Amino acid sequence: MWKWLHPYANPEKSYHFTGKLLPWFNYLALIFLTVGLTWALLFAPPDYQQGESFRIFYLHVPASILSMGIYLGMAIAALSSLVWQLKLADASAAALAPVGAVFTAIALFTGAAWGKPMWGTWWVWDARITSELILLFLYLGVIALHNAFEDKNLAGKAAGILALVGAINLPIIHYSVEWWNTLHQGATVSKFGKPAMAAEMYWPFLICFFGFSFLVAAIASVRFRTEILARNSVRPWVKALVLAKEDK
Amino acid sequence: MNPRRKKRLTIVSSILLGLAVVAGLVLYALSQNIDLFYTPKEILQGKEDTELRPVIGQRLRIGGLVVPGSVKRNEDSLKVSFKLADMRMPMVFNEDDPMVTVHYDGILPDLFREGQGIVANGILTSESIIDASEVLAKHDENYMPPELADAMKEGSADKAMHGKSAYNKG
Repeated sequence: MWKWLHPYANPEKSYHFTGKLLPWFNYLALIFLTVGLTWALLFAPPDYQQGESFRIFYLHVPASILSMGIYLGMAIAALSSLVWQLKLADASAAALAPVGAVFTAIALFTGAAWGKPMWGTWWVWDARITSELILLFLYLGVIALHNAFEDKNLAGKAAGILALVGAINLPIIHYSVEWWNTLHQGATVSKFGKPAMAAEMYWPFLICFFGFSFLVAAIASVRFRTEILARNSVRPWVKALVLAKEDK
Repeated sequence: MNPRRKKRLTIVSSILLGLAVVAGLVLYALSQNIDLFYTPKEILQGKEDTELRPVIGQRLRIGGLVVPGSVKRNEDSLKVSFKLADMRMPMVFNEDDPMVTVHYDGILPDLFREGQGIVANGILTSESIIDASEVLAKHDENYMPPELADAMKEGSADKAMHGKSAYNKG
């Protein structure tokens, strides 16, 4: 069933494949973000209660969703690296961790900047915000473990275990606003069901969300390719690649 | 799948399952301590399953809706007092609902208004009075343009009237 995937377990094939995808990710991210952010920040209507401050939604919500989505991707990569010992899965987990950490930090920062004018406080220790902060610490732990060992295999194993254990936090973040009383409001957009916002506000959000997703894909691809090169630096194909670049 | 991979998969998934169960039990045991605030009903009648009520003098947070018509401002200072009732949908207030009075001396958040969700942090000074040192606004997850909000308000005007009369009649 998974036979078609087997060629991509080869680092050289994966390196060239992501190289072909990368420009697509770049252009799609550029187009979607330009259109989405212009629409969201200049043309979408203000909120009836929050006025213009509501617009930080278009940065905060995509960043929050992606901070969890990237973690899920990293945890799946860690699982396949631990069980099937795929070196590339390990490389992709290492590539994803810092991207996810940055998006978590963006989600926390924009949340604080939004909370100050609307709620009246930068920070409150409610279940949603605290669990998102724990997500940031999990990312930092995974990054630290990846760099704590000289031996990349050992580092990947240690970081992978932490990434997998931390995945338990994902449903907690998602359901925190339903399980407990929180200051943070419930989910506006979910995969199922109608979004709790007007259509002319929802469309720019969707475009922004896809834009940020392609941006993540682009950054992750660049990091993934450098990880592959760093881990295979003694292989002949990498040397050939470097020599070809120097000739140019 | 070869036996070694199968074994690793079993080990990894059983560890994860075990940890998930542990996390679930811990959160279940802590469930009421993770709540950010008490609701007015919980302050007056106790938590749903433990019936534990906060004691007088305790510092706590309360969350509820500002009861329309209950906001009293002091004309010479920032002192304000208002009643909070449980959050619910639709917003209909009855006089015999559990309500807690909040006294506050300070600047209220911009979103503060009648019918708005509020989380106040303060000291319970008597059974149903809280001296707040901080008042935060809690908004819901619904966003809409002002025109749509106006249209909805007009469309449900008789519903709102009904709610108000229910409150006045008690």
